[in-house]
Order: sequence, then structure tokens, then C-alpha cells
Amino acid sequence: MMRYLSRQGGREEGAAQAARTAPPTVEETNVTSAASAGLANDPVALIADKALWIRRRSFQMVYEAQLGHPGGDFSAADILATLYFGVLRHDPSNPRDPGRDRFVMSKGHCTGAFYAVLAAAGFFPEAQLTTYMQPLSKLNGHPNRNYLPGVETNTGPLGHGLPVATGIAIAGQIDNAEFRTFVLTGDGELQEGSNWEAALTAGHRKLENLTLIIDRNRLQQGARTEETASLDPLDDKWRAFGWHVEVLDGHDHRALYEALSKSPKGRGKPLCIIANTFKGKGVSFMHDNVAWHHGVPNKDQYEQAMRELA
Amino acid sequence: MSAAAPQPAGWHDCRDTFSKTVEALAEADPRIVTVVSDSVGSSKLVNFRKRWPERMVNVGIAEQTVVAVGAGLANGGKIPFVSAAACFLTARAMEQIKADIAYTNVNVKLIGQSSGIAYGELGPTHHSIEDMAWLRLLNNLTLIVPSDPWETEQAIRAAAALDGPVFIRVSRMPVPDLPRSNARFEIGKAETLREGDDLAIIANGVMVHRALAAAEALAAEGIAARVINMSTVNPLDEATILDAAKTGAVVTVEEHSVRGGLGGAVAEVLATHDPVPMRILGFPGFLPTGSADWLLEHFNLNAAGIADAARQLLARK
Repeated sequence: MMRYLSRQGGREEGAAQAARTAPPTVEETNVTSAASAGLANDPVALIADKALWIRRRSFQMVYEAQLGHPGGDFSAADILATLYFGVLRHDPSNPRDPGRDRFVMSKGHCTGAFYAVLAAAGFFPEAQLTTYMQPLSKLNGHPNRNYLPGVETNTGPLGHGLPVATGIAIAGQIDNAEFRTFVLTGDGELQEGSNWEAALTAGHRKLENLTLIIDRNRLQQGARTEETASLDPLDDKWRAFGWHVEVLDGHDHRALYEALSKSPKGRGKPLCIIANTFKGKGVSFMHDNVAWHHGVPNKDQYEQAMRELA
Repeated sequence: MSAAAPQPAGWHDCRDTFSKTVEALAEADPRIVTVVSDSVGSSKLVNFRKRWPERMVNVGIAEQTVVAVGAGLANGGKIPFVSAAACFLTARAMEQIKADIAYTNVNVKLIGQSSGIAYGELGPTHHSIEDMAWLRLLNNLTLIVPSDPWETEQAIRAAAALDGPVFIRVSRMPVPDLPRSNARFEIGKAETLREGDDLAIIANGVMVHRALAAAEALAAEGIAARVINMSTVNPLDEATILDAAKTGAVVTVEEHSVRGGLGGAVAEVLATHDPVPMRILGFPGFLPTGSADWLLEHFNLNAAGIADAARQLLARK
């Protein structure tokens, strides 16, 4: 059964397009939790279910690889689940469809969550997740478009996603195309000057088809952002660059769903969503703890986390 | 801008060829767009902007973004020609060229304008004599250094037809049309412009016509110098280099640092397979103040200097 989680807003949603763009239902994905079977009619409940699954699966990947960035995986998990199970129009069987919505994972180090959501959405089999960072795996520490369907551009060095996403959105603007472009950055990442070059261009060109989501967990690798090179007032900065800004709770699935699925048409500005999050969200000992930027769990920690992520 | 030396009659600024060719391509293919960083005039794209304002993306003075936006435009189905001064396009945006263009392997054409020492008196910040070394390390980035207008047009057309990342060095230094009996351009294929078995001179870009003049001078002394135009630096035509090694002596000439560029590339091949005496001609590093012409003369990157190096090398054969 195909079901289309329609966006709130004026987009043509003919049957053919719905079939092409429908986010996969739980029956279609190769990852199904028993609980999600009854959630297909409630996008927010489905998103919540997937977000939990992403946290559990990505943490298992990090535990098995003894490598990764689980703190950032957890701060981004709800955003990713919302995008892939409520917002993006994409077809995992045709990942280079010219009309697809684009998602650029600028915080490319958070591949635990990113690969998990791509597998959950059906871009590749879940079984492939067990190869995370193993020799010759397609699941490199940072995503590679030439290894995996669903990856739009190779990221890893910070400050690359927004400028590339800006270029994608400009292509859509030139063609008056329907697709939207979304990009997820970290917040520490905004210290890279390249973001602000792109912010100028996107604001100048009034790229309403571009949405930036900032995973505002306030922690970078070594310390708090505000103790390192402070970003606040962050909303004012984006407004000054010509963006429309919304600030929300980045773990509130309904708030994310409503803000991201709203049609951007007529806004005349690119959209910046500052999603206030916590690094390590979901596990007590990781919560807002900088040590879990790239900390990896031992057996006891893994087991405790999995008990909490239930 | 640098006070350009007067252009000799019949010599050309290859930027004009670039813009003419891109316009011709754009007429035929709506996917062709240009991407600039306030580099419209210096890229000779004023007419392109007049004809297709909606197909020119000007990001302002922002080289990281000009390259990344090019990558994004390719993702969106365009064939972007990203055009900016070679010195800034490479040095300022090297990580974008590495990650967004080469490693992601996108269909973007990077045009490094006024490469080498064309900006003369403006100094080493504006010289681009490191770009060949930096760029040829990116194994899937096709790197072309055309020698004259004909080859510039061929390179631009071949780049547009190739589905993959390409960097083309376009010089503003006037060059003559090179004599060609059998004009055929192919990416990755060197061109032997003059036969000879006493030694081989391998050059590219604005040095090719100087290498031909050196061979002419050597011929008057009974020395038969082969002249090879190695316009594609990546992928490198190793077969032609190894064939050149059979002459027993190889001189390379480039408008670039002697470190890591064309000479370095040729040396890697020779050292690995067939070491023969070699000279690498180019610039030593950061250069003193002087016009482009003065710098070429001062560092003996002229017919006389190339011929001298050839004679010295022959003595070691």
C-alpha cells in the first residue's frame, strides 16, 4: 500500500507523483519495528518510532565499530527521522530522479544516524549497516555519493554542505523546478566562513526553495560553542543575511514536521530552522555531554543506553 | 589589472577563445551555465551575461562558494563552467575542489583564468604557478593546459562533452597559433609538434611556442629536438613520455613552479620506468616584481633559455 504524507501547502500531488515521491511505508522498508506497523497513518507517531530506531541502530553501529560520533547522531536523529519519514519527496528505487527533493548532510561525521535513516528509508539494505567503517565498506566514516544511493555530495570537512545545497537550489530556481533542497549543519560548523559566503548568496537570490536546519546542540568537539567562538544571537545573524528564521525544539517531532513540511512558496526568502537540541539526547549519561562528541561506548554503557532507548 | 604588454599582430588572448566557445556551447545546450565570483570581465563573459543573464550565477567575491555552487548546480542537472582567476580559484578553494568537485566526482568545469604569471607586476599573490602541482594530485580531476586558441577551443568542447570534473588553465598572455599538420585533440593524448631523436622537449601552455622556437634554433646547429605538447597533465600520457625517453634526454618547460608540476609529473614517470637525464624548466618559487614578459626573460623561460638547457643536457647524455 502506498501512502503519501502530503505536505501542508500548494503542491501538485497527482497520483503518479504521489507514487513516485511517497515516503516508504513500514511495509515497504526493510526495517520495521513491530510498533511501527500501526503508525503509518500518523506521521508524527511514525517519525517518533523511526527516530528511536535510528538512535538504537546507530548506537549499535558505533558500538560494533568502536568508532563514530554518537553525540551528534542523537542530536540529529529526530530531524533526520522527520525529513525522511515526513517531508522529503524521494524514491529510493530512483535515487537520482531529477525531480527529487535533495537532502545534504553537512555534518558528515554523523554517519551513524545518517546511514541508519537512509537504510530505514530503503536506500540500501539494513544488513549493510553492519559494515560501518569496516575495510572496503561503502559506509565510510563520512558519506560518499559514489558509494551509496541517497548521498547527494561528499561531506566531512565542515562548512561544505550549505554552499553546495545553495548551488542545488539555484539550479532549481533557474529551472523553476518543484523540488526543495534541505541541508543539515551542526552549529559549531557555522564557525567556518564558507557558510556565510553561501548565506549571502542564498539571501541575495531569495532562494525560498532552500531550507537550512541547524542542529543547535551548543557543543562542538572540544567545548561549548559559546565558550569557543560564540554564535549567539544566531537567529539575528541569519535574519540579517536575508533569511526567514524559525527557532524550535529539535526533538519535538510535531514542531519539526510542521515547520519543515510547510510550503515555502511565496516566502521569498530561504528558510533557516534553528533546531535547539542536545548532544547525546536520549541517553542519560550522554545528555549534553561533550565527551560523547566522538566517544564510543563500552559494553556496560552500550547495554545501559539500549535499556534507556526503549 | 596588470599593464598588459601590447599584443603582437596575429597573437591571441585565449580568454577570448574561452568565452566564444562557451557561448557557442550555451547556444546548443541549455544546461550550460557560467558561475563567477565577480569575475565577469576578467573571464570575458560580459557578452554571455548580456545574452543569458539567468544562466550566469555571480556569487560575489567568494571562491569557496563559487566552486561549491558549481558542484550544486551539477547536482541539479546543469553543466557549470566556473570561471575565476586561477590563483584564487585554486588556492582559496582547494578543499572545495578536492571534496565537492573531485572526490564527489561531479560534472563541473573549472576555468582557471589568467593562470601562471600573467598578472606579472601584481606579484606572487596573483601568480598561479602552484596550481598544476596541487590539482594533478586529485586523481579523477582532468587537468588541461592548452597552448593556443585552437587547443583552448578543443579543450573547452571536450570538457563539456566529458561527464566529469575538469580544470582548464586559460592564459591571458598572448600566444600565436601553433603550426599543426594533423590537428586532433584528445584528452589525455600528448601532441608531437615536431619530430626529433636527439632529445625531447615536453612543454604545455604558453611555453609550447617557445619550445618550438628553441627546437628551430637547435636545428640550425644540427640538433634534432622533438617537441611534445603535453596539454593534458591528468591523465598523463605516459606512453608518449616513455617514447620521448628513447631519445635519451628530456627537457620539460612550464609556466609554473619547477616543483611538482609538469616536470614533476614527467620525472615520476621517467624515474619509475626509464630514468634518462632530465632538466625541469620553470619558476623557482615566489617571484620578484616584474612584468610577465620580464619574468619569462629573467628566468630564461624563452627560446634561448630552453635551447641552452637542451645543449647542457645533451652533454650529459
